[in-house]
Amino acid sequence: MVAAIEAIADVIFENKQFLTDLDQAIGDGDHGINMARGFEAVRTKLSTAPPAADIGAMLKTVGMTLISTVGGAAGPLYGTAFMRAAAAGQGKNSLDGETALQMLAAAITGIKERGKATRGEKTMLDALEPAYDAFAQGLSENKSLLDCLELARDAAGAGVEYTKTIIATKGRASYLGERSLGHQDPGATSSHLMLAALLAYGRSQHQGV
Amino acid sequence: MVGLVIVSHSGKVAEGIRELAMQMAKPDQLIIAAGGMEDGSIGTDAVRIMDAINQAMSPEGVAVLVDLGSAVLSTETALEMMDEDLRARVKIADAPVLEGAISGAVQASLGSSLEEVLAAAAGARDLHKG
Repeated sequence: MVAAIEAIADVIFENKQFLTDLDQAIGDGDHGINMARGFEAVRTKLSTAPPAADIGAMLKTVGMTLISTVGGAAGPLYGTAFMRAAAAGQGKNSLDGETALQMLAAAITGIKERGKATRGEKTMLDALEPAYDAFAQGLSENKSLLDCLELARDAAGAGVEYTKTIIATKGRASYLGERSLGHQDPGATSSHLMLAALLAYGRSQHQGV
Repeated sequence: MVGLVIVSHSGKVAEGIRELAMQMAKPDQLIIAAGGMEDGSIGTDAVRIMDAINQAMSPEGVAVLVDLGSAVLSTETALEMMDEDLRARVKIADAPVLEGAISGAVQASLGSSLEEVLAAAAGARDLHKG
């Protein structure tokens, strides 16, 4: 599982400039820099003090590290998301579809409570909520964990495209009003990237599943 | 005496506000600055904020003055990490961070309750300048 988090960190580093450029267009221009700083700290933390196999314990470390190192609103938002997911994954050493769904639900609830946001406000929720719905749909059709994750990633990607068509009403981008139209939301983008990284990592570990 | 915590994205801003507010407060008034990140960059850090709240803690409680956006989110995250009995004694002031800190510090130094300090801080938004 530590390797899965490292895969997320890698994709954040690779997209540091991209996320920052997106944020410069409609925000304060620090999303990529902040997220890279946060995941750099996560990587250091996980390598110096490797946590137990317990998924919950590891995700708690990730969440705590993010809230104290990201710096922008993404810190408390993703930090809370990882800590809530940690609680849902407590005591688990491996992931099944049902647990993954519960963790995703807990993460989204955490983001909504912390950010006082709902879908349609041009935020990470516009990627994550459709991802949750797609994952749940796949699971109800008895698809494998990775197939569900693929549906979730694709739905998140569609959600990112959708954020181009709506006006921001939360966060720094809300100061821009209609000028935020046409730009994709950096937070939705980073959420999509994380799901894509998790899927790619999962596929690489289970060729042919 | 109610303690005060100043949360800003900038360490310099938080420290500067603390200095200004201390000029108006009793010398033993607790005002703790929690600005910026540990490495000195711009941002807010929920763990730093939680430590500051613990330092400012008194039986009468703590009022937290915040600047924008993630300062509020990080402070709420800090509160969520604290024990419930301590958390119940901490409130975020719905107030401008500088003027609210000064009004709040004056009120806190009088030995007022947390509610009175929060009201004084919130009242600072009516300090007109023209």
